[in-house]
Amino acid sequence: MSDPSAGPAPLLAVLDYGIGNLRSAQKALEKVGADARLTDDPDLVAAADGVVLPGVGAFGRCVEALAASGLRPVAERAARGASAGTGPPFLGICVGLQMLHHGSDESPGAVGLGVLDGDVGVLVGDVKRPQMQWNRLEPVDGAADHPMFAGLGDGPWTYFVHGYAAPVGPATVATCRYGTEVCAAEAVGDLWACQFHPEKSSTAGLRVLANFVALVDARRAERRVA
Amino acid sequence: MVPCLDVDGGRVVKGVNFVGLRDAGDPVELAARYDAEGADELVFLDITASSDARDTTLDMVRHVAEEVFIPFTVGGGIRSVDDARGILRAGADKVSVNTAAVDRPDLVGEVAAEFGSQCVVVAVDARREPDAPSGFQVFTHGGRTPTGIDLVAWVAEVVKRGAGEILLTSMDRDGTRDGFDVEMLRAVGPAATVPLIASGGVGALDHLVEGAVDGGADAVLAASIFHFGEHTVAEAKAHLAAAGVAVRPA
Repeated sequence: MSDPSAGPAPLLAVLDYGIGNLRSAQKALEKVGADARLTDDPDLVAAADGVVLPGVGAFGRCVEALAASGLRPVAERAARGASAGTGPPFLGICVGLQMLHHGSDESPGAVGLGVLDGDVGVLVGDVKRPQMQWNRLEPVDGAADHPMFAGLGDGPWTYFVHGYAAPVGPATVATCRYGTEVCAAEAVGDLWACQFHPEKSSTAGLRVLANFVALVDARRAERRVA
Repeated sequence: MVPCLDVDGGRVVKGVNFVGLRDAGDPVELAARYDAEGADELVFLDITASSDARDTTLDMVRHVAEEVFIPFTVGGGIRSVDDARGILRAGADKVSVNTAAVDRPDLVGEVAAEFGSQCVVVAVDARREPDAPSGFQVFTHGGRTPTGIDLVAWVAEVVKRGAGEILLTSMDRDGTRDGFDVEMLRAVGPAATVPLIASGGVGALDHLVEGAVDGGADAVLAASIFHFGEHTVAEAKAHLAAAGVAVRPA
């Protein structure tokens, strides 16, 4: 968990664009030491030390709601800055991960933020859809040391609720087995994204969030020095 | 492994066949303990469900959401999309509907359309009834009121209407500690194309294995064996794992 002696808790903007249960993500981030605020204020997002984009429900509905809230350009800029290392860290959760891609089979025509390559596709194989269960994360080759997984041990169990998934690609840092190999987490630079719900994954999920908050804290300290 | 907390006036209670309630503690405290012990999900059933208790329930949901970081379902007295919205916005992941869905089956589809099927648990209380086509009949109002509806037909209907999960309680077994009604679980299995949670009758850890292995349930629910400290959730999961059931280690 983050070190309270390092100064005030890092300010996280949890983008509130009027969908579902965002309170859980906010409370879990507070639990691991962040000053997490649900907000639709672009100025607060711009001032934050990190940005979190949660999402539940259908891809198209989330994309529409994000646009209607006025936060879409803010979210896109923040995600691009995090991936390029020119802006504060960014965390996408569930449909918040999916929206980082170009589109989704779930909602043809709905346009995602396009920060990560590829389209989100339906879960394939002889499986119940959605996947609504605990499943084990398996870091991909070379990603076991990724800071997202610090302190997690082997094959941590996390909670998934999704019928669609991003393609397994260069950004993928962890998968889970569900019929086939399914993209469970992605990362490019300081842009992190989880298909699972860290805020609903008990100790393991809180650890992932604490790792994100630690990254936010470290980047904030670097900016101060610079 | 799903511990269930029956809540009355903001306190956890568990009775025998819904009569003779005993106070088993504070819901937030118990819920946090179950999370720490490795519970996979939690279910809160508000059995008072009177209109003046709604604010108490919302307060409880808010407090649970601050302390508990596993999925949780809240049921009891949810009769409309607005009722469901209040519970979900307070921090619950899913709502469960029971009597209100029998009274007005459209409710299942309405809540699913608004928040997604993954939010909608349909709780079904049933008893053995030799004259019903499947041998089981749906009851409402905590198992007191027969509906004349066949259990398997009802489960198939609510799945079609958008239920994301079925929470099936045997009212013959609930509170008896004699174990799940395994035949009931098996009868419902083919109609439950969404996850099926077995409920009612757990008095020993072997009963959990029977529900998962013999009954084919995707999850098993228990209450009193945990509330009074007879067993921990971790013991229950170890017992399931030892029997070959795939569970997240506690």
